[in-house]
Amino acid sequence: MQPRRISRLPVIIISLAALLLGGLLPGCGSDGNSKSITVAAASSLSGAFEAAKAEFEASHPGTSITLAFGSSSSLAQQILDGARIDVFASADNDTMQSVNRELAGRSSTFTTNTLEIMVEKGNPLGIATLSDLARPELVYITCAPEVPIGKYSADVLSRAGVTVAPSSLEPDVKGIVTKITSGEADAGIVYSTDVVAAGDRASGVVIPMRQNVMASYPIARLYRARHNTTAAAWIDFINGAEGQTILTRFGFIAP
Amino acid sequence: MPAIAIAIAAIAFFALPFLGLLWRVPWSSAWGIITEADSRDALRLSIECSLLAALLSVILGVPLAWVLARIEFPGRSVVRALCLLSLVLPPVVAGVALFSAYGRRGMLGAPLADWFGVRLPYSTAGVVIAQTFVAMPFLILTVEAALRGLDRGPEEAARTLGATSWYSFRRVTVPAIRPALIAGTVLAWARALGEFGATITFAGNLPGTTQTAPLAVYRALEVHPDQALVLSVVLIVISFLVLIALRDRWLTPPSEQSR
Repeated sequence: MQPRRISRLPVIIISLAALLLGGLLPGCGSDGNSKSITVAAASSLSGAFEAAKAEFEASHPGTSITLAFGSSSSLAQQILDGARIDVFASADNDTMQSVNRELAGRSSTFTTNTLEIMVEKGNPLGIATLSDLARPELVYITCAPEVPIGKYSADVLSRAGVTVAPSSLEPDVKGIVTKITSGEADAGIVYSTDVVAAGDRASGVVIPMRQNVMASYPIARLYRARHNTTAAAWIDFINGAEGQTILTRFGFIAP
Repeated sequence: MPAIAIAIAAIAFFALPFLGLLWRVPWSSAWGIITEADSRDALRLSIECSLLAALLSVILGVPLAWVLARIEFPGRSVVRALCLLSLVLPPVVAGVALFSAYGRRGMLGAPLADWFGVRLPYSTAGVVIAQTFVAMPFLILTVEAALRGLDRGPEEAARTLGATSWYSFRRVTVPAIRPALIAGTVLAWARALGEFGATITFAGNLPGTTQTAPLAVYRALEVHPDQALVLSVVLIVISFLVLIALRDRWLTPPSEQSR
C-alpha cells in the first residue's frame, strides 16, 4: 500500500498565515525607553502639536513622535481599553481625570483656550451673539456632551440662557469645522484656535469674556511610559519656552 | 480530518466574539437600558429606515437587475460596475460621495436646497438614502444572477399563450426567482441595518432623527458602555433570527422543492 503523502499546499498556506499573523502581533515586552513615542492629543491641538513635533524631532535627533488626534473622550476610552499611548494631552480636566488610574503621576496644565462661534466665510447670516444661534432656520451643530467642546459650549449656552437644538452631534471639534467650511452647517461653537486655523475658509464671531470659558488643557505621561525619557522630554518641551511659543502662535493662551 | 479541524477553528473564530458579548452583558439592567429613550429611538429608527431602504432597493433594484440581465447595450459592464461599486467602497467614502452630490453645496443638493428648500443631510430621509446606496447592490447582484440563470422556456411559453410582458414577469419570472429575490432583499435589509460610515458622515448623528442603532452603540461606548453592549446584543439577535428564518426551504427554487 502506498504511504499517504502530505499535500504541500495546505502546509504552505498555513505557514504563510502564521508568518503574517506573527508579524502583526504586537511585540511582547516593549522597550520601556524607546525613542519612539505615541502622543494622543485633543484634535484642537493638531496644528500646534504637528509644528511642535517637527521642532522637537529636529532638536532631539533619533526621536520619533507619532501623533494621534481625536476627541479627548474617544482617546481616553482607547487608553482605558489598553491602547499603546505614552503621553496624553486632553482639552479638559474631566477627561484626564477619567484615565487617572493609567497615569504615571499628576497631570499639569500646559495651555488654555477660549471658545468662539464659527460661521461661514463672510458671516452671510449676520450672526453676532449667542442668542442668534437660536434662530430656527439656522443649522447649528455641536459635539456630544462627553466631548470637551460639547460640554464647554453647552455650559456657555446655558449660562447665557440660550436654548439651541443642534442638527447633528459631530465626533470631535474638527468635525464641526469641516461641516461649516464645506457649507453643510451654518454655525457651531469651536475653540478660538480652530477659527485661527481655518484661516479664510471660515469666519469667527467673538464670545465676550463674561460669557466665555477658559478651557484648561492638561498633559500627562501614561504609566507604561513612566521610565521613558523621550516622553518626559516631550512634556518638558511643551511646557517650556519653545512649546509655549508654538502654542501662542496658534492662538492658545499661556496658563 | 484537517478540514474538520480548521472548520472548528473557523467556527470558534466566529463564535467567540458573540459568546464574549453575551458574557459581558449586564443582564440584570438590560431591560432598563433597552427601554431608555435613546435606546428605543435608535432601535425604532434603525428598523424603520432599514425596512424603507430594503423596499427602495427592491423597487429600484429589480428593474435594474432585469435590464442588466436581459438587455444588451454598449457599456453594460461599466454600468453594472457603477451600480455595484458601493459594495466594495468603504462606507465612509460612500458618505463623502453622497455629500458631494446631495449635500447643501452638492451637485444636486444645492439646487434642491435653493429651489425647493429640501435638505437631505441631517434628516431621516438622508439616513434612508445612505442605507439604500450601500444596500441595493446586494439585491441587484442576487436577482441579476438568478435572472441570468433562468430557463426562459416558461416565459416564452407564456408569451406565446398571449400573456403581456408584465403578466409574464409577475406570474412566471418572479415566482421562479423567488429565492433569490427573498435572499437579496434580506441581505440588503441586513446591510442597511448595519450601515454606519455613510450614515454618520452624510446623515449626521442626532438622537431621534438620524442616530441609528450602530451610531448609538458607537456613542455609547464612550459614555454608557452597558448600553453599547445591550444594543449590540439586540442587533445581533435580530439579525441572527432573520438568518435562521431564511431556511433552506425558502432558498431552493419551487421546482426543486420536494412536495
